[in-house]
Amino acid sequence: MAEAGYQYLLLILGMGLVTYIPRWFPLLWLARRRLPEWFIEWLDLVPVAILSALIFSDLFVVGEPRHVELLQSKSLVAIPTLLFALKTRSLGGTVIMGMALFWLRTSYHWGS
Amino acid sequence: MKARPPTPAIAAEGMPDPARARLAEGEEPLRASIRAGLEAAWPICIGYLPLGLAFGVLAQKEGLSLLDIALMSAVVFAGSSQFIAVAMLGLGASPLSIILTTFIVNSRHILMSSALAVHLQGLSRSFLSLYAYGITDESFAVNIARFKEAGWHPYRALAVNHTANLAWIGSTILGGYCGQFIAAGSFGIDYALSAMFLSLIVFQLKGRIYAYTALITGLVAAALSLVHPGHSFIIIASLLGASLGFALKRYDRRRRGIDG
Repeated sequence: MAEAGYQYLLLILGMGLVTYIPRWFPLLWLARRRLPEWFIEWLDLVPVAILSALIFSDLFVVGEPRHVELLQSKSLVAIPTLLFALKTRSLGGTVIMGMALFWLRTSYHWGS
Repeated sequence: MKARPPTPAIAAEGMPDPARARLAEGEEPLRASIRAGLEAAWPICIGYLPLGLAFGVLAQKEGLSLLDIALMSAVVFAGSSQFIAVAMLGLGASPLSIILTTFIVNSRHILMSSALAVHLQGLSRSFLSLYAYGITDESFAVNIARFKEAGWHPYRALAVNHTANLAWIGSTILGGYCGQFIAAGSFGIDYALSAMFLSLIVFQLKGRIYAYTALITGLVAAALSLVHPGHSFIIIASLLGASLGFALKRYDRRRRGIDG
């Protein structure tokens, strides 16, 4: 039992180390030097790219093995949620609205 | 989808006002930073709750103690890789293969860390090292949106990171302790992070180039995720999408004859 605990500890420390390095190294390396203009311009597009990659795979790719399903609860609820976000530009309001719509949709299969 | 009228602000934004000076002056009381961080972080906290609970339940079933769970959430602090690690433990995978998988899954933070560096120019090594610990998909998305609006103090961003961190640790412990008694799917809570990302990308769409970049990257990511197991599709699609968007921007500028 004690040995298993020790194994877990080593595993956790190893996971922590390999997770921390990709978070730490670019920040330390890039934040303390002058970056070329083109690189800043390129980096400026990175957030929207990452967010979009996360959103598309979250909304349209489901199941195991993964497959595309264009119309299901997550993607359908995304439409009014996105419109609400565009209209109000409110993060908190959009989160509440998205949750409420998803709750309605999954509880009552509203909208289908 | 209705396109937003492009704002003129997409021309070279230049460097953000030097965060370093503001930090050195210490013009903002720590309490105000923490407060602002808490206010910005609450959607993350709501989103982490169901994920943390689920993780706690699974981890406990695989034989991790509450202390192990707390330690893993505190030391690793990366949701999807923690789920994968627990699943691999269940399959009897070796620690080394779990660590390697963790590295691959979390290497996507390289890009986020690079993009954040633009807004954390010239800050001390110790601040950056502390900040790096809290870079996740969610804290990155929230903070980068605020940084781009300008006036987001690095301490506030740090407060967001650590609030999210505490919420994650707390909800995973709660999951390990009593997760099986909480009904899954209550209050649409499973949609909190999806809605948060949708809202945050709206803030990022400040012009045509951003919209094209988002569309290209999203389609590539969805396609890649089908043929590529794991999470590397996020980093590959983002690199590709951002580069194509950048090329498009350059081409656009040259065509209009204002190449700079």
